[in-house]
Amino acid sequence: MGSRASRLLREEEIEEIKKETGFSHSQITRLYSRFTSLDKGENGTLSREDFQRIPELAINPLGDRIINAFFPEGEDQVNFRGFMRTLAHFRPIEDNEKNKNPSATEPLNSRTNKLLFAFRLYDLDRDDKISRDELLQVLEKVDVEQKMSIRFLH
Amino acid sequence: MELFFNPFDNLVCILLGISFTVWFTLLLVFIIVPAIFGVSFGIRRLYMKTLLKVFEWATLRIERGAKEKNHLLYKPYSNAIIAKEPTSLEEEIKEIRRSGSNKDLDSATEFELSDIFYFARRGVESIMDDEVTKRFSAEELESWNLLTRSNYNFHYISLRLTVLWGLGLLIRYGFLLPLRVTLAFTGVGLLVFLTSVVGLLPNGRMKNFLSEKVHLMCYRICVRALTAIITYHDSENKPKNGGICVANHTSPIDVIILASDGCYAMVGQIHGGLMGVIQRSMVKACPHIWFERSEVKDRHLVAKRLSDHVEDKSKLPILIFPEGTCINNTSVMMFKKGSFEIGATVYPVAIKYDPRFGDAFWNSSKFGMVSYLLRMMSSWAIVCSVWYLPPMSREEGEDAVQFANRVKAAIARQGGLVDLLWDGGLKRAKVKDTFKEEQQKLYSKMLVDGLIQSWAPLTD
Repeated sequence: MGSRASRLLREEEIEEIKKETGFSHSQITRLYSRFTSLDKGENGTLSREDFQRIPELAINPLGDRIINAFFPEGEDQVNFRGFMRTLAHFRPIEDNEKNKNPSATEPLNSRTNKLLFAFRLYDLDRDDKISRDELLQVLEKVDVEQKMSIRFLH
Repeated sequence: MELFFNPFDNLVCILLGISFTVWFTLLLVFIIVPAIFGVSFGIRRLYMKTLLKVFEWATLRIERGAKEKNHLLYKPYSNAIIAKEPTSLEEEIKEIRRSGSNKDLDSATEFELSDIFYFARRGVESIMDDEVTKRFSAEELESWNLLTRSNYNFHYISLRLTVLWGLGLLIRYGFLLPLRVTLAFTGVGLLVFLTSVVGLLPNGRMKNFLSEKVHLMCYRICVRALTAIITYHDSENKPKNGGICVANHTSPIDVIILASDGCYAMVGQIHGGLMGVIQRSMVKACPHIWFERSEVKDRHLVAKRLSDHVEDKSKLPILIFPEGTCINNTSVMMFKKGSFEIGATVYPVAIKYDPRFGDAFWNSSKFGMVSYLLRMMSSWAIVCSVWYLPPMSREEGEDAVQFANRVKAAIARQGGLVDLLWDGGLKRAKVKDTFKEEQQKLYSKMLVDGLIQSWAPLTD
């Protein structure tokens, strides 16, 4: 009859994603619906073209780099788990999470992980260092006119 | 052996004959005759009210089912996925810097590494929910209307509901669909035949009068073929000769809806096949504007033909859909300025469909025309409201684009639709690079202005 989702999300999968990312049940179903509507090829994964079809993302000067953040090294497709894992960085930090046991694995939306996400937007060759060239490249992307008078932070 | 079957055959033939006659008489009396005279028995409205009650009951049952499992129902409008703050680039970057550094910055100077937070967040926000891509797929519903095609809460359907759904399926495909297909063929057939007949008459008042009657009658039959229940508002503002009627575009059915209440000159490209036959016979009875495929690209030719038509006050008002493509009826997208440059009076019309009874949006990348029409004819009904807005003309010092945006805002306001500046062409094409450059320019301007301000005290 032509249902919208090419396949429905199973309860076990929702539970796993909940544990990994901290999103709630309804947030996961909403984002799954969003994922399937972006997936024009209906094969359960998103490609770079699927992201580039979003006009508001296409006009963002850092659009391409944000898209890259979704794809692990060398891969061209991202499935729903990977999609949620990347989006989890932007989930707000709740109060009851702040006092968690420090030895437990850090949640994806911790302060450190958020900064790591932003850092990786600069670090193009993924060597965990921002070289002067990479920083200059970002500045070209945001089209700053007076390059010579920019002063960098220490 | 033969003797055995003959009387039985006869009986079957007689029964079939009687049922066909009864069927056609009912059809004639209840549907076609009212269509000719433009009256209504009110059967469709009664049908609509009954359906609404059934849908409410169905939604309650689903909610109960969901509560039993302690889950929240998927409701697209009551909880939007994210809250976007409408702050500007400058405000947000200043805030990021202010919270970060010890210095008292009241202007955004230089570049800071933290500026990237703004762009990253905006980018990921648009991945989660953006204003444009959701306009090109069917609208999501709050309650379930017993069509599988619009259900997102499959897990919670009980047995009773499934039975009801099965019953609905039977009624829609077994009774309504054949009825509607018969009517559709009747309507289209009559249109082609009668307009050709009227076309044989010499030009004059008699021809115009008859052509009007013929067109109205056939469109009304088509309206009944779709079980469309239309409410017209403010009919005193109906388009007059020498004007241009503009409306928001959701599906090809828009044409039938508007043309069953008034006579318009259609504009479009000549197609082949059945469509072409209909177009060619229509133009015999009254002047429509059909373009050859090659002529469509020539903007001057198009504009000239339109303005010629508009200047002749004896010709009917032109019907145009300036969005250029079908949008899903939750928003109005950019109007192409071509029809607003001609200088005629514009009569805006807002069309809003009620999605509970059947989604009218034509997703042309997913469905072809025939499968779309079959879907339309197998949903419950098409319910919509049409508002005729007061006429507008281009004001002094206003260019075509501003005029188009003014008309668009009026239509969006009346129909309760979101007014977007994005181009409907984004359905298929990519965003132009100029828009990206604008964002870059905005950011660099902010930095450079800040830089210049920080130099100002030094020059004193």
